[in-house]
Amino acid sequence: MENMQDTKQDSPKHCILEFKDVSISYTEGKWAVKNVNAAIKEKSITAIMGPSGCGKSTLLRSVNRMHELYPEIKTTGQILLDGKDVLQMNAMEVRRKAGMVFQRPNPFPTMSIYENVLAGYKLNGIKVSRSQKDEIVQKSLQDVGLWEEVKDSLMKRGSFLSGGQQQRLCIARAVALRPRILLMDEPTSALDPIATRKIEDMLLELKKEFTILIVTHNMSQAARISDDSMFMYLGELVEFSDTQTIFTNPRDKRTEEYLSGQFG
Amino acid sequence: METNTRVKKSRWIKDRVFFGAVCVLSGFTAIPLVLIIWEVLRKGYRQLNWSFFTEEAPNSLEAMMAVNAGDLIPGGVANGLVGSLLMVLMAVVIAVPIGILAGIRLSEHPESKFSGMVRSVAELLQGTPSIVIGLIIYGWVVKPLGSYSGFAGGIALAMLMLPLIIRSTEETLKMLPGSLKEAGLALGASYSTVILRVLLPSAFGGLFTGILLAVSRVLGETAPLMLTALGASAIEWNVFEPMSALPLQIWEFYNDPNLAGLIWSTSLFLLLLILTLNLLAKRIARKWKI
Ligand SMILES: Nc1ncnc2c1ncn2[C@@H]1O[C@H](COP(=O)(O)OP(=O)(O)OP(=O)(O)O)[C@@H](O)[C@H]1O
Ligand SMILES: [Mg+2]
Repeated sequence: MENMQDTKQDSPKHCILEFKDVSISYTEGKWAVKNVNAAIKEKSITAIMGPSGCGKSTLLRSVNRMHELYPEIKTTGQILLDGKDVLQMNAMEVRRKAGMVFQRPNPFPTMSIYENVLAGYKLNGIKVSRSQKDEIVQKSLQDVGLWEEVKDSLMKRGSFLSGGQQQRLCIARAVALRPRILLMDEPTSALDPIATRKIEDMLLELKKEFTILIVTHNMSQAARISDDSMFMYLGELVEFSDTQTIFTNPRDKRTEEYLSGQFG
Repeated sequence: METNTRVKKSRWIKDRVFFGAVCVLSGFTAIPLVLIIWEVLRKGYRQLNWSFFTEEAPNSLEAMMAVNAGDLIPGGVANGLVGSLLMVLMAVVIAVPIGILAGIRLSEHPESKFSGMVRSVAELLQGTPSIVIGLIIYGWVVKPLGSYSGFAGGIALAMLMLPLIIRSTEETLKMLPGSLKEAGLALGASYSTVILRVLLPSAFGGLFTGILLAVSRVLGETAPLMLTALGASAIEWNVFEPMSALPLQIWEFYNDPNLAGLIWSTSLFLLLLILTLNLLAKRIARKWKI
């Protein structure tokens, strides 16, 4: 299995993350996510769309096993990251490979911008030399287009930045660990249109190096930045194909209705 | 149209009257505080000189002679000051780590059975009259050790601080956004690392404020110390010996007519100490707010 994937390396885009029959429930017998099957392509942006409460966040958070914080949540099926089932791996290892960005920017309030970017190293006890640290900070902040804005105030608290800058700092914090995939749950929904646009442009840059799975409420955002799109409804993955197709020629009636603004 | 403006006007008057009443009444509540401070200041300021802080309590005879000669009472409260510092320090060393751990437990597992138990014990402890705490520590520490001691006093004060620290830790941690913990865990950090290096530092302001308030609360405790530390007329650094404390000295001065002149200055000093701690706590709470 793993060998097969290795040989696929030079085919246009190989799949880095695969959901196999994934179901998730908060309460016994009620499935918030039902039998989802999907494969996410490497170095692409995949958008998850759907009306409120359809299970987008639930599905996204299963990838880095955030659900384990809440013992009542049950996850079944397989979630393969680079061919290995994350549900069988060590949770901390999974989380280092799958970075997460939250809806509200949440830089660590007691840490400087510099420390925030390095938080993943610091909290995991990964030792890096001073010069490596500087390098990681600069590279990560450049990746999210924040370097020029903050390079003279790296030692200031992250919480002094604007909302959009804070969110980019949080993305830099996730990127710094060089994860295999970035999970983003409506990362721009708390931001103004200009800050949102900046992040969208930045995501298109990030895609050259990272795989991004992004939940969004904003259809035009999905259309602008994503390569593939999932449409979820009542916990089911109704439709999953390349974004172009899903917007111009949806297969399912519910997708069409949602995209034409008839519900949601 | 006309009735409308009249209604508006009468409503405006009602608002004004109500607002005035609130101001006057809240002014009344401030009166006792002002009176207390004024009274203590008026009666106590004269004795607050350098030797008040550096010398031990005078004996009755010296004091009487000085008063008869029209002088200030010699000596001061150094023995009580040292005792209070030592005992509060011991109480902090005991109560803060235990209280913070218990507070973490309560905020992390609010629903669990064990947390329920901890919470009831803390509530019970907080509701227990301080003299009863003194009695219990007398039985647990003074009796077995065979002597009154600053150590026993420190433990009694720790018992009084504990519920306050638990409560403030729990409240502070609960106020942190849940996304902070998730952000830490999402980076692959272990649970304990996230608590130690993300949550506790973020809660520092609240925790520190809670500790200061708890200190200022036990600084004035007298009854439990009577049954544990007992009091001493000289400076005592050995925590296994009986020890004085500022409030204990007020009580001793009260019982000796010749030393009555020191009651007010000691009270003034204690009051200032506690007020300072409270103000400091407020400032820190404001400054470290996140
Ligand atoms: N903590 C929880 N406890 C119980 N049920 C939950 C919990 N969180 C979510 N659910 C349920 O799971 C379903 C999916 O929720 P989820 O948060 O994944 O939706 P979503 O698509 O992300 O919605 P939104 O667009 O509003 O963020 C919903 O029906 C919701 O009621
Ligand atoms: Mg959601």
